[in-house]
Amino acid sequence: MTDVTTAPRHLSTFQLQLRRFAANRLAMASVVILLLIVVLCFLGPYAFPFTGEDADFDYISAPIDFSSPHLFGTDDFGRDLLVRVMEGGQVSLTIGFLGALTAGGIGVIYGAVAGYVGGRTDRIMMAAVEVLYGFPYVILVILLGLLFGGGTVALFAAIVFTLWLTPAVIVRAQAQSLARREFVEAARAGGMTGSGILFTHILPNCFSVVLVYGSLLVPEVILSESFLSFLGIGIREPQASWGNLIQTGTAAMDTDLRLLLLPGGLLAAVLFCLNFIADGLRDAFDPNER
Amino acid sequence: MLRFVAKRLWGGGLTLAALVTLTFFVMRLAPGGPFSKNRKISPEVLANIQEAFHLDEPVWQQFGRWLWGLAHLDLGPSTRFRDYSVNDIIASGLPWSLTIGFWAIVVASLVGIALGIAGALRRNGASDYLAGTIGVIGIAIPIFVIGPLAQAFFALRLGWVPVGGIAGGWNALILPILVLALPNIAYISRLTRSSMIEVLRENYVRTARAKGLGARRTVLRHVLKGALLPVIAYLGPATAAIITGSILIETIFAVPGIGRHFVDAALNRDYPLVMGITILYGGLVIVANIATDLVRGWIDPRVRHD
Repeated sequence: MTDVTTAPRHLSTFQLQLRRFAANRLAMASVVILLLIVVLCFLGPYAFPFTGEDADFDYISAPIDFSSPHLFGTDDFGRDLLVRVMEGGQVSLTIGFLGALTAGGIGVIYGAVAGYVGGRTDRIMMAAVEVLYGFPYVILVILLGLLFGGGTVALFAAIVFTLWLTPAVIVRAQAQSLARREFVEAARAGGMTGSGILFTHILPNCFSVVLVYGSLLVPEVILSESFLSFLGIGIREPQASWGNLIQTGTAAMDTDLRLLLLPGGLLAAVLFCLNFIADGLRDAFDPNER
Repeated sequence: MLRFVAKRLWGGGLTLAALVTLTFFVMRLAPGGPFSKNRKISPEVLANIQEAFHLDEPVWQQFGRWLWGLAHLDLGPSTRFRDYSVNDIIASGLPWSLTIGFWAIVVASLVGIALGIAGALRRNGASDYLAGTIGVIGIAIPIFVIGPLAQAFFALRLGWVPVGGIAGGWNALILPILVLALPNIAYISRLTRSSMIEVLRENYVRTARAKGLGARRTVLRHVLKGALLPVIAYLGPATAAIITGSILIETIFAVPGIGRHFVDAALNRDYPLVMGITILYGGLVIVANIATDLVRGWIDPRVRHD
């Protein structure tokens, strides 16, 4: 017999999962670096007396020079590169996180309803998803970008509209298996309404799946944003985003790689971090993987 | 089996019909038109041009006209490239896109599978580390960052290959193909590695080794077949990924394929050209998905088509 009085302090599953995540060094380092980049992008511009749209005619196409006011130099219009990259980062990161949150939210609710209600409703709802899934992603996102007429909001809508499908499919499968479990049966027998069960039993139990796949959505949204802006369909000059900064950098790469390397490197760093974090979350929260 | 094919073709046809219809009406709803960016032209001339392209008709009538043309394999005239039909443009661009896309998939499969196998057989060894690094780079650094960097290094600095265009023949296509393959190498090597590791633990592999089969033959005969199933399943989605990537690649490397035409056509509201490429891309993705499922069912008896 083991001594029951000195049982280890009780930890909830969630706490255990969080500890497992915290023990993953690569993922934790990624969290720290990502936070640093976010802080840099959102607070950095305040350290400079000019904005990313102010042209400085004394420093046109200035090179990297840490003793000048423009640390990483300027572009063809004399606009400070570092400040533009930070401002572009604000746009890219905001769209990334808000977009993933919105697309994830829509997908979760759609999938949970389809999976829990089942039957004909489920079949019709999932048939719509299947048709949209069959569309080549590029066509959909370019078309919607055009339809909403360019700019931040249009881009956001186009990306959200194309990326809610995967969370919907994943949550539906989860909700479907939950709907058959005894505790849901018990809740129904106890007189709970359908929407009550959905919000108190089904959705909270989808949490870890949503967290894992939601974390993969963020890099996907950021990538979509920069993809479209790179092609000239998303964020347009003079507003900066990592996508259109990289595009400008590409045009100037035969003379000066700096314009490509700074935004490109920062974008890659963010994507690296987000992928490592997603991997860490999957290892910590998803018992099926591994 | 036949029922499965028929069912999938029916579903694919529905998807394609929905895609084409949606594209047609969304394009018309989007602000601007094919001739709104032109320099100022008098209303009479504009009306004449509109009439010539039947843009003065009600939208549903235009859609009917387009469907009628489609039934006769005629995708109509391009509104941007005067005197060229959409068929002409696709006929001149498609070979380039197919060449790049096809070789990118071949390179990605061969390299990805090789890296995945090497990684799984020598876990945490040098080859595993290399495969992991390529995997992370391929997934995290987007094509439109790697592409220009590769141009700057291999074309401008080292001068091994042309920067872009197609004048250099195969020499000019090497870089676009490799860059397009890179993200898919990453996915395929990850998939191969994890499924190899799983299959290596299977009882039938242990049995094969126990009865005295050599390591090489066990892998080639027994492990690979099971391990490659997820990779084959990925080839359908890979087609869609290659299409997305080829749009970027053709823009970066100035390859006159249909991907570049698609973006230009969308930006310039070249309605017929957008429609033509849309139906082509949609059809390609659908056919690739069905073919993938068929091959999967053919190799894996556990996948039933009923």
